[in-house]
Amino acid sequence: MSKTAIIIGGGVAGMETAGQLNRLGIEVVLIEKQASLGGHLKNWDRLFPDRRESQEVFDYLEKGMNDGISLYLNATISDIREAGGKFTVILEDGRELSSDALVLATGYDLFDARKKEEYGFGIYDNVITSAELEEFFRNNKQKNLFEGVQSKRVGIVHCVGSRDEKVGNLYCSKLCCVTGVKQAIEIRELMPDAEIFCFYMDLRMFDRHFEEMYYEAQEKWGIRFIRGRLSEAAENPDHTILVKVEDTLTGLPLKMKVDLLILLVGFVPSPETKRLAGMLGLKEGDDRFLCPSDEHLLPNSTDHPGVFLAGTLKGPASIAATIVDARAAALQVAEYLVNGER
Amino acid sequence: MTFNLFVLPFILGLIFLVVVLVKKNRQWIRLMSTDDRKKLKGWYRSPKILLALKEIFFESLLHRKMFRRNPLLGYMHMSFAFGWFLLILFGNMESRIYSGLWVNPPYYPIFLKFFIHDKHVLPFEIFTVPGFFRFSMDLLLMFVLSGLVLAIIKRSRSKWFGLTKTTQHHFTDKVAITCLWLIFPMRLLAECMTAGAYGYGGGFITQHVGNVLAFLWPLNDKSIAYGFWWFYSLSLGIFFVTLPYSRYMHIPTEVMLIIYRNFGIKAGKEQSPIHEIEIQSCPKCGVCIDICQMNTAAGINDIQAVYFLQSVRNQQVIDGLVNRCLVCGRCEEVCPVGIHTDNQRISQRNSFVQLQKQDYSYLNHEADPQKAELIYFAGCMSHLTPAIPRAMTKILDAAGVNYLFLDEDRSVCCGRPMMLAGKLKQAEELIERNKKSITGSGAKTLVTSCPICYRVFREEYGLDIRVLHHTQYLLELIKKGKLPLQTYFRKVAYHDPCDLGRGSGILNEPRELVRKIADPVAVRDEAKDAPCCGGSLGLLNADRHERDLITKEALANYLDKDAELLVTACPLCKKTFAKHSPLEVVDVAELVAAAIPKVEKETGELVN
Repeated sequence: MSKTAIIIGGGVAGMETAGQLNRLGIEVVLIEKQASLGGHLKNWDRLFPDRRESQEVFDYLEKGMNDGISLYLNATISDIREAGGKFTVILEDGRELSSDALVLATGYDLFDARKKEEYGFGIYDNVITSAELEEFFRNNKQKNLFEGVQSKRVGIVHCVGSRDEKVGNLYCSKLCCVTGVKQAIEIRELMPDAEIFCFYMDLRMFDRHFEEMYYEAQEKWGIRFIRGRLSEAAENPDHTILVKVEDTLTGLPLKMKVDLLILLVGFVPSPETKRLAGMLGLKEGDDRFLCPSDEHLLPNSTDHPGVFLAGTLKGPASIAATIVDARAAALQVAEYLVNGER
Repeated sequence: MTFNLFVLPFILGLIFLVVVLVKKNRQWIRLMSTDDRKKLKGWYRSPKILLALKEIFFESLLHRKMFRRNPLLGYMHMSFAFGWFLLILFGNMESRIYSGLWVNPPYYPIFLKFFIHDKHVLPFEIFTVPGFFRFSMDLLLMFVLSGLVLAIIKRSRSKWFGLTKTTQHHFTDKVAITCLWLIFPMRLLAECMTAGAYGYGGGFITQHVGNVLAFLWPLNDKSIAYGFWWFYSLSLGIFFVTLPYSRYMHIPTEVMLIIYRNFGIKAGKEQSPIHEIEIQSCPKCGVCIDICQMNTAAGINDIQAVYFLQSVRNQQVIDGLVNRCLVCGRCEEVCPVGIHTDNQRISQRNSFVQLQKQDYSYLNHEADPQKAELIYFAGCMSHLTPAIPRAMTKILDAAGVNYLFLDEDRSVCCGRPMMLAGKLKQAEELIERNKKSITGSGAKTLVTSCPICYRVFREEYGLDIRVLHHTQYLLELIKKGKLPLQTYFRKVAYHDPCDLGRGSGILNEPRELVRKIADPVAVRDEAKDAPCCGGSLGLLNADRHERDLITKEALANYLDKDAELLVTACPLCKKTFAKHSPLEVVDVAELVAAAIPKVEKETGELVN
């Protein structure tokens, strides 16, 4: 009799884990609360650092969704029960699904920029988030961001909702820095005469090709980087945005008028992850992301036998890293189902 | 014979105590500011002294405020204070019957039953004058002893008295408390044994207990009773000598504090003798420990007012202790003695401030003051919550008010954060600068969105124009019919900001305003009992976890109701709560702005 695994969450991590497990001959059930698969990936336009179309990654993941995977879309979990090493997942519509292993791949949410009220998101017209800019890129290829605007000056604010005690998130979201650099270059491509400023605390260009991209942004594209955290933003009567920031390299306070302010919003744990973790008694870290049973050696296992973690519910990660993590999770699950080891 | 050697410890102790108290009090008055001393001039002719006496009766003797907080704790303190007071009063009256004199040596009423053995009065003879006093004296002694029993229980069962943690004692405190606890049992035994040995002269308790003792203990004769009179006198004498150096100094000092307070002398932000008087007046009842959110939410239970005041008294102040406080005013609100715990903190912080050369040159860059009828001052915190000033400008425009947004572009801090940190001189610089631009505008009204600014504007600026928090002003506008309200919000919970509610007494206007636009739900701790949001600028050294715990506990006060919105009237509370609140947090000005119809900019006409 073949073994079954239920994967909760149909984003990058869930899709890749499902595809891999299925290829290993395990029966897979994939549960997704939304109407379609892909998660956040479907909202991005092009991916750093090589700026390939996100659609290409999605197409690859979708190929893995063959007949061996039972897909449940628009499905919300109301309860999870466990008896004799078997899990029963009960959906809100009453359907019951059972399996030998559970993989949580419920991902993250973007930080709600309204919580950083001093930047005026949701209050001023010309303050948008990095996610909204991606949406614009996706929907308006080749279209100017500022049709009809005279001076074109854009401010990009790093670390919105990350590394910020005041909003309760001390961790670094890792990927906003490179996203900011990517988006700055993309804006420049659309509007060669725009002035673009990135306001950063420090730039964490940790992965391969990132640092090069940062150099390119300065040398080739003339993006200007100002080290300093924005203290506040105010709206002028003409709906331009006045930003106040200290340039900490010169030690001088700075006021600047920009036409558009882009907030690079970070990762936060999703409420759905918290809810399911509560049902299964999983461990949460100080940063409220879930903890595997061993950060180094068992990064996909939990203290709960048969329950595994994949992807960004464990903290901020790039799409590339998420896919690697999902494959590791699939291997861990397969090992458990075959050998009974976690 | 009306003298015996055993009265000496009592007499010497009493003389010592009186001398120390008189010296102390003269020292306090000498060190007072000339302004404060002036207030005391002709005190004996002032009706204020009568008010003070009334307050002394209700608070120092009856402990009315403590009663309200915790009846058992109140009774304990009352039985000691009021019971002892009545013992002295009745004892004096009784002694006059026997001496026939108006003035007796002070020891005479105290040890009356040693000197007088009146066989003509029976223990239950209540309706003759000597009988009434003898009966009452026994009854009063029982009253005091009942308090003693409670005090002993309190040492091990402090929870019954509303305290989770009772205060720690020092050596002199221990000597004093031992003597105090011995005084009344010794008196009881001395009186009982004397009455037993003579076979008459006791009251309804002392006589009968004395008779039983005499029966059980045949050796009981006058010489053993005499020994207990010595113990009684010794415990009184030692108590009097240790009193000025122990927590019991609060007994005489509180009386002086009440008198000074009634003459308008208060503990301000800078050190003065009244600060010492307040510190000495602390009875260490510990009410401040249980009310403190640092304790209830974050489990920090060694920094509360009682410990802080103790450290000042013992001259062991450390900055860690002084700075670890929200300065939210909750303990000040419940303190039965009325100690200004917030100003005590600030004045101590002030003494920790290192004198540094500060650069105020930026304050000199000032433009010519602009003129306006009304000034709107959002405050720095409101600039971090732009929805608030935006709502205010929308409302002011809609109401057709001619105003100047004083700190729209640049501003100088109101000074209160500096003040809370004890940096009084530095705060003064900022205050002077802001005062210039406020008075220079010629405005008659100043409206601010920030309770922190509001409080310092009112308390420290000495402005002779109207100073209003926006909740007061918005209510005025609505009452004058200048703001047509269109929308009504459903269930909301209103949170009183510390500096607005407890700090400035603005409790009704925000409530009335909220009721005009929404349906407020009842919350557990509100008005002057409202919790601090945890964002207080007064807390100088807490880590974020401690603050988070305080915020979460405060939020719980509002969340388990059916409220759909959390409404406050302070940008700092809004920002602090927003970090953890599952409910949307808004300032009441935002609600008002959302409730009025939109304004067409060009025509000034209202549109829907």
